[in-house]
Amino acid sequence: MTARNYLTEDNSLSSWFFTTDHKRVAVLYAAGITLFFFIGGAAATIIRLELATPQGDLVTSDVYNRLFTIHGVVMVWFFLIPSIPSTLGNFVVPLMIGARDLAFPRLNLTSWYLFMLGGFVTLYAVFVGGIDTGWTFYTPFSTMYSNGHVVLAVTGVFIAGFSSILTGLNFIVTIHCLRAPGLTWYRLPLFLWSLYATSVILALATPVLAMTLLLVALDRLFGIGIFDPARGGDPLLFQHLFWFYSHPAVYIMILPGMGVVSELVSVYSRKTVFGYKFVAWSAIAIAGVGFFVWGHHMFVSGQSPFAGLVFSFMSFIVAVPSAIKVFNWTATMHKGFIRFDAPMLYALAFIGLFTIGGLTGLFLACLAYDVYVTDTYFVVAHFHYIMVGGMVTAYFGGLHYWWPKITGRMYPEYWARAAAILIFFGFNMTFFPQFILGILGMPRRYHIYPPEFQVWHVMSSVGASILAVAYLLPLFYLGWSMFFGKRAPSNPWQATGLEWQTPSPPPSHNFAATPVVKRNPYDYSLKGEARPQNA
Amino acid sequence: MPEAQPAFQFVDLRQQQQTAQLGMWTFIATEVLFFGGLILAYCVYRTGNPDGFAEAARHTKIVIGAINTGVLLTSSFLVAWAVTVARLRQSGIASVLLWLAALLGLGFLALKGIEYAIEYHEHLVPALNFAYGGPNAASVYLFFCFYFIATGLHALHVAIGIVVLAVIGRQARRGLYSDRYHAPATVAALYWHFVDVVWVFLFALIYLPGRAS
Repeated sequence: MTARNYLTEDNSLSSWFFTTDHKRVAVLYAAGITLFFFIGGAAATIIRLELATPQGDLVTSDVYNRLFTIHGVVMVWFFLIPSIPSTLGNFVVPLMIGARDLAFPRLNLTSWYLFMLGGFVTLYAVFVGGIDTGWTFYTPFSTMYSNGHVVLAVTGVFIAGFSSILTGLNFIVTIHCLRAPGLTWYRLPLFLWSLYATSVILALATPVLAMTLLLVALDRLFGIGIFDPARGGDPLLFQHLFWFYSHPAVYIMILPGMGVVSELVSVYSRKTVFGYKFVAWSAIAIAGVGFFVWGHHMFVSGQSPFAGLVFSFMSFIVAVPSAIKVFNWTATMHKGFIRFDAPMLYALAFIGLFTIGGLTGLFLACLAYDVYVTDTYFVVAHFHYIMVGGMVTAYFGGLHYWWPKITGRMYPEYWARAAAILIFFGFNMTFFPQFILGILGMPRRYHIYPPEFQVWHVMSSVGASILAVAYLLPLFYLGWSMFFGKRAPSNPWQATGLEWQTPSPPPSHNFAATPVVKRNPYDYSLKGEARPQNA
Repeated sequence: MPEAQPAFQFVDLRQQQQTAQLGMWTFIATEVLFFGGLILAYCVYRTGNPDGFAEAARHTKIVIGAINTGVLLTSSFLVAWAVTVARLRQSGIASVLLWLAALLGLGFLALKGIEYAIEYHEHLVPALNFAYGGPNAASVYLFFCFYFIATGLHALHVAIGIVVLAVIGRQARRGLYSDRYHAPATVAALYWHFVDVVWVFLFALIYLPGRAS
């Protein structure tokens, strides 16, 4: 018999929907983003089906516009941004710092409700006719010409934005104020450094998006013309404001993944992270510099060449802390005692895919090269390598790693490894051909294309169907393991973090007694022994 | 009077106080960026159309705006005073001061409403009845778009603040706050000061251009 834990404490429906337990809120978030992931994925599936032939034979141009908009909006705001922070982060942040909950538990639940409300408003916009602007809502198209439900969709994103802000605020304050005795900043697990950096972006960039979307909605509703050149407005200003949020948002969509990978690489190599302080500060550096690179989305928009020069330079600078992380993960594995459990396979996939995504990002930071591939599939492939190859892979890695802690059950290892490998191959087959398509000149957001591109598109579509199956697999075997999996011990991976020093699943108040931290987070010896942080 | 206990996630009241304050400062940081986006857009257009914006700004009601600035600054002073006396357990004085501050907030909204009404009669409200002639009409129109969005959003913040101050005033009256436990009062005060500071910026940006010469 197991002792009472956060899952068995109270099983009534209201105890879930009015919970303030960070662990339960994390589970609620997981349910929400899984729903949105498959909605966004369904749109992507239809897109890839349509692109299998050069003719527009499956959907009309108008429907196609709506499909890629749904895909972008749902995946960015309702899956990627909340994915790791709001689910895994929500679950493990208080556990990792030895606290009983986040600083503001009710605010945490509020942010889930805002997230779901925003999501449903956006879905409603989809059901009543959809949006055809692309996820970027560029003006003046969105404010003056679009025949989609821009105001509704923008409202959905606006509401979800407040959920982001509140989550970021909660994490910042929690990490500052609620650390267990002895847990100094340099003893924090690297996942927390990443989440801290992410939270700063969530808290400081999202309000600018909120204001921008508010202006778009007012402009569209009342025709006030803030972005209408005929009235003295400036459409380019929208792009500046939008990317001031949306470029840092790209780092919201990768920093948490980097944090997860730092944990996984260390645990499964049985080694302390190489250059801990460099990895920690590189997260802060990425977040900081990330606020000053937004103009690289606007090299061909007509901004001043001098601005382009500066933004190009700053974009190259971001590569430095990113590369530090990749080198340090690799050095961590060097002469380690590596175990290829499923989470480690995801971590390795992340490192490879992120490197490709990051290096192609440098191509795009070059002013001259960017002009050549702007708005082509090269860009599409690049950001999918970062966001899907990077973030989604890390999300699955982290989900498997913390699964025993979250559910109290082990996942089936062989199924998990098979899914990880399948995701890796499916992903590369889907998106690598898109680099080539981009260089050949295939523009993004078109569904009718010259027949000579078909071979690459077919390859990509075949890869996408493999990827779709691979993403469905965890839904089944993880779902199965929730009920029939082997019961998990409190520390199945012999890891050092505080979250493993309490039963799986943890009791509602996390720890019987507040742990006292005595050592650095990754105290592994080569014989595979681990010394917990509080031992 | 019951002795205040920390919420279950905190070790003691001191930690709870620090957490609440950092939470409010972080929230204020997000608000700075929120208003910052709008103020940036305003400044961009003002730089692009200096004459039009100066002309438009001369149509704002500077007397009401100036009085309102005084009203908000006074209310902020009362709130700061209230927090100090609440910590000294002078609950009665604290609640009266907080309610007075809330009343001043209501006065601010009333004056703002009068201002909006005058502007409506002068046909200066975009999307409703805007009518303005002359070479700078387009810039004047843009200016008043920003004017209504900025002051409207600020008024919304004032309205929320009034409710918060009223509730905190009631809690103070019940003697909930002391030197050991005063987080809600301190945090509400921080918010109110912030709303005040936003107004100071808006006042300078909106009412003052084009007045000097």
